[in-house]
Amino acid sequence: MGLINKHGVFERHSLILTIGILITVSIGGIIQMAPLFYMDNTIEKVEGMRPYTPLEVAGRNIYLREGCYVCHSQMVRPLRDEVERYGHYSLAAESMYDHPFQWGSKRTGPDLARVGGKYSDEWHVDHLIDPRALVPESIMPPYAFLAEKSLDYRNIEDDLKALRAVGVPYTDEMIENASNDLQAQADPDIYFDEQDALVARYTEASGREGTVQIRDFDRDPDRITEMDALVAYLQMTGTLVDFSTYEAEDLMNAR
Amino acid sequence: MSEHHKDIDQPTGVETTGHEWDGIKELNNPLPRWWLYIWYATIAFSVGYMVVMPALPALPGLGTNTRGLAGQSDRIAVAEQVESLRSQRSESGAALLTASLEEIETDRGLQQFAMASGESAFGDNCATCHGAGGRGAKGYPTLADDSWLWTGSLDGIQQTIQHGIRHEEDPETRFSMMPAFGRDGLLERQQIDDVVSHVLSLSGREVADEASRARGAEIFAAQCATCHGQDGKGDRTVGAPNLTDDIWVFGGEYDDVYNTVYNARNAHMPAWSERLDEQTIKALAVYVHSLGGGE
Repeated sequence: MGLINKHGVFERHSLILTIGILITVSIGGIIQMAPLFYMDNTIEKVEGMRPYTPLEVAGRNIYLREGCYVCHSQMVRPLRDEVERYGHYSLAAESMYDHPFQWGSKRTGPDLARVGGKYSDEWHVDHLIDPRALVPESIMPPYAFLAEKSLDYRNIEDDLKALRAVGVPYTDEMIENASNDLQAQADPDIYFDEQDALVARYTEASGREGTVQIRDFDRDPDRITEMDALVAYLQMTGTLVDFSTYEAEDLMNAR
Repeated sequence: MSEHHKDIDQPTGVETTGHEWDGIKELNNPLPRWWLYIWYATIAFSVGYMVVMPALPALPGLGTNTRGLAGQSDRIAVAEQVESLRSQRSESGAALLTASLEEIETDRGLQQFAMASGESAFGDNCATCHGAGGRGAKGYPTLADDSWLWTGSLDGIQQTIQHGIRHEEDPETRFSMMPAFGRDGLLERQQIDDVVSHVLSLSGREVADEASRARGAEIFAAQCATCHGQDGKGDRTVGAPNLTDDIWVFGGEYDDVYNTVYNARNAHMPAWSERLDEQTIKALAVYVHSLGGGE
């Protein structure tokens, strides 16, 4: 009797059934997702995170274009062996300016969340050109063309604008100077004033010194290549957050 | 559907669902009891789980999710596990920190601990550049031989690992800069040709053009000998390699050496004190020292 016997209505009208399924499934989705938008502890409060510099954004775009995420994750899970090998487990805060995030779900190669600073620029360049010259057992494909190809950064302002549209706090100043900032970071011998301006802008956003790395990343001082951008991005990953001020014991940071 | 009434299927005596397609009706057998009770049990379990574990996302205004009675947290758990691992290691490793080379070599337990711990840290952190077992690669010094750029002593190796080489953020890093003789216009191309001939002859190679080598020797004495020594045997205080032993970090072919003189090679090794703890670095030093000709 009653409601339980009304199922005939759903079974006889496919549109009503479809709407019923949508409502039922979305309850699960909403309960899982909606609270993340208002909970105070979704993203940890940390010091040091800043929007990526234009060169890092360009490098990240190459990372996406080449599908690095297909074989490399960027997520150190809170497990003992991972923390031992890769360093501090990843925080949600470290991905907050990633659109889309690069956590990945497959590790054919090692995790790259904290590869920044682990190896030298020379190693990254040599390894991307010919992985097996350095790691004979590697199955990574070579990316030698990155060193040959000049970086196309004509649209870097638009890249930053797009990121701002989805919530990355780029200032007008950062967007106006994107192209200069990009050149200054990879070509330290020419752009002295631009360099200082770049460091000032992104240090202010970060709130701590030393997060902007300026140098010729690819040993080719004559031009800015895609290799410059990718290595600049890789050398930044996992280095922004100041873990000396991160309160792991704070219950708000417990997961 | 108040007019709904039970419709019993005569041959089986079971109630039907009341649906009928072309005269065919569907029996409405009850669910098997075992299945039904397990289903009830999972519902009961889920209620208990929500109370014990962090499960419920916050209601608006509460700010955070429920913690659960068990206070379970992966992050706190991993911090405890890492801590207990460290304390286990420090029992065996405390002695390692202060031990001298002789002490480590005579104390079998200590040596085994250092070697095992050093080998595992080497695999992930060092072998990427220096190769498995320290066999080296072009551009990355071989650690398994007895030719050392800076030093082969245990303390020296430890210092190199701690502070890196040309790692500019670290004031105690090992530092020197070879000039880019060609790129910066210090030498003409012909002069570099001459110097390369001389450098190759230092390790006993046949040189085609003796006149060129002789000119190169003069340039070498003026430009290179300050660091590499008059006899080309190098100077470890500035990490200038010995050019007479036919061991080449950046390749020993004519083109490689020319490239090195023209562009200079000032390789960089990160300072590992930022990533690894003191004990691991000491273990690494012991391991690297043992690979080839530790001094």
